[in-house]
Amino acid sequence: MSSRTNISCLQEAKRVAIFGGTHGNEMSGIVLANMWIQNATEIERKGLVCKPFITNPRAVEKCTRYIDTDLNRAFTPENLSASELEALPYEVQRAKEINQMFGPKGGSDAYDVIFDLHNTTSNMGSTLILESSTDLFNLQMVHYIKKAMAPHTCSVLLNEHPQLKYSTTRSVAKHPVGLEVGPQPQGVLRSNVFESMRTILKHALDFIELFNNGVEFPPCTVNVFRVQERMDYPRDTNGNITAMVHPHLQDCDWEPLNRGDPMFLTFDGRTILYEGANTVYPTFINEAAYYEKQQAFVTTCREILAANAIRKAFK
Amino acid sequence: MTEEKAEEKNKMASVFLPALGGVAVCGGTHGNELSGVYLVQEMERQRKERGDGVWPIPVTTVLSNPRAVKECRRYIDTDMNRCFSKAVLSTPITDSSPYEVRRAQELNNLLGVKGSDDVMDMICDLHNTTSNMGLTLIHYSASDWVTLHICKYLQTKITKVPVRVLVLDFPINDAYNLESVSKHGFTLEVGPQPQGVVRADIYVIMKEAVDLTIDWIHKFNSGTVFEGGDVEVFKFIKSVDYPRDPETRNLTAAVHPQLQDRDFCLLKRGDPLFLSFSGETVTCEEEEPLHPFFINEGAYYEKGIAFHLAKKWTLTVPSVQVQTTNSA
Repeated sequence: MSSRTNISCLQEAKRVAIFGGTHGNEMSGIVLANMWIQNATEIERKGLVCKPFITNPRAVEKCTRYIDTDLNRAFTPENLSASELEALPYEVQRAKEINQMFGPKGGSDAYDVIFDLHNTTSNMGSTLILESSTDLFNLQMVHYIKKAMAPHTCSVLLNEHPQLKYSTTRSVAKHPVGLEVGPQPQGVLRSNVFESMRTILKHALDFIELFNNGVEFPPCTVNVFRVQERMDYPRDTNGNITAMVHPHLQDCDWEPLNRGDPMFLTFDGRTILYEGANTVYPTFINEAAYYEKQQAFVTTCREILAANAIRKAFK
Repeated sequence: MTEEKAEEKNKMASVFLPALGGVAVCGGTHGNELSGVYLVQEMERQRKERGDGVWPIPVTTVLSNPRAVKECRRYIDTDMNRCFSKAVLSTPITDSSPYEVRRAQELNNLLGVKGSDDVMDMICDLHNTTSNMGLTLIHYSASDWVTLHICKYLQTKITKVPVRVLVLDFPINDAYNLESVSKHGFTLEVGPQPQGVVRADIYVIMKEAVDLTIDWIHKFNSGTVFEGGDVEVFKFIKSVDYPRDPETRNLTAAVHPQLQDRDFCLLKRGDPLFLSFSGETVTCEEEEPLHPFFINEGAYYEKGIAFHLAKKWTLTVPSVQVQTTNSA
């Protein structure tokens, strides 16, 4: 029985942006965006415009994550509607500017797709981050990217959690996609990480070009890791951490963590075990920027998302 | 030669050195190199809990750059680990002096004064690097038998990671690092670890190295004879920067995947160094084979350094033992 009746017809994705430098010390995206601002040949595709853009230039200049506040948490409705531009933290001003250029968030004039380029100190390999389990365009795109990257693994992280979800820079677009590649220290450019990110974007743009050209993508499933819970470090009464991610857990992003497995190692050598009832799949394990956000890692559960066939809607 | 005669020969060849007064363990000289920050805090906690007797020798713990540690940054105004030359230490302090220059002079008063008779015998300055350098012991002199013996001891006792010795060969007054304030000080550099991260495996190595250093000093002071022998060291020769755009000074290449993480390998003419963003490989043009280290250290981009190059040397150290009234 053909699935002709189950094809979703979607608007073509004509306006695409590639954001680098949302965090000023995550170097792969900064170098890629700057490279393409100089010479956009590599990202040109028929049927779409692709704009490379540095979102947090002051932080990039100082090679620091942010100046006043994390830009990748700043796209809240309150911030975007705030007035008194001069009194606002730098990143909130910047969020308003970006929302004007590439949004408005939630509006019909917003950019179709934004890729926001990030690095992590965690051993996450190549990761695509989605904010919705029902965005068919994004699900089909990540499916295409994963197939094209194979045998290189591309994990998919889904953050749809009502409390842990946050207002990202890319969320001004209709189809936001986060690219997270690690491990890479802050302020460092590793060739292999840089080239992986570059390749992911190549496949992503290929997909959009094919889609805009009328190609139909058959139904597919995507294996994702859905964010469950944030786990903080053990801390003392002054808020200082008293233990480190255990060597058995360190670098084991996406691997199962079972009840009774070592989780933390105190500075004086004691092991703290994971006591959760269910097996979880931790990620963002020991990300440098998350010490101040009270996060040693996040737990995820595995899920299979199904996506209808899609093709471009005829006018 | 009979065993007795050989033993006598060794005893005669021993160098007698004064007992060491103790060690200052310094962490957070760079505020985002976290193993040392947490190790110093842990040592201070142990002292509070168990008293000074927790170590067999006098141990001073120092958080070198508290403001940078608080902000988890390398430095506030200027790199503190370049502030300990005699020139900077004697700069008059004004309101506009960089924070680190001020703090360096405070530390010099606490642990020095550099060049006087009153200095600490030993400073262990704890650092991390984003480079894959395992445990590297860095010292500014190639002829300090105490330091070289400690290095030799650490090399035999630590087997989890490679332990290498790097000598900078500066005259002491020009040496600008914190440890040069002491008589026999050295840097304990452990990597790879990202800035702002504490990895348990790296912390454990650093803790072991500090414990073994204290152990050596205690054994030495108690009369143990440490046998002489050869010590392989790496001597700094020069630095190499990234290929950059002549106008913007932006990078045009990254460390080549075949060089990345291969600190202390042997680099020969023709070996790949950098992979440009447009896909070309830049190769080594050095006449003689050298050993790269601090490959892709995050803090060195602003200093124009992609990696340093070193030559391998074998130094011979004599047997050493502590000076007593009989052997003086």
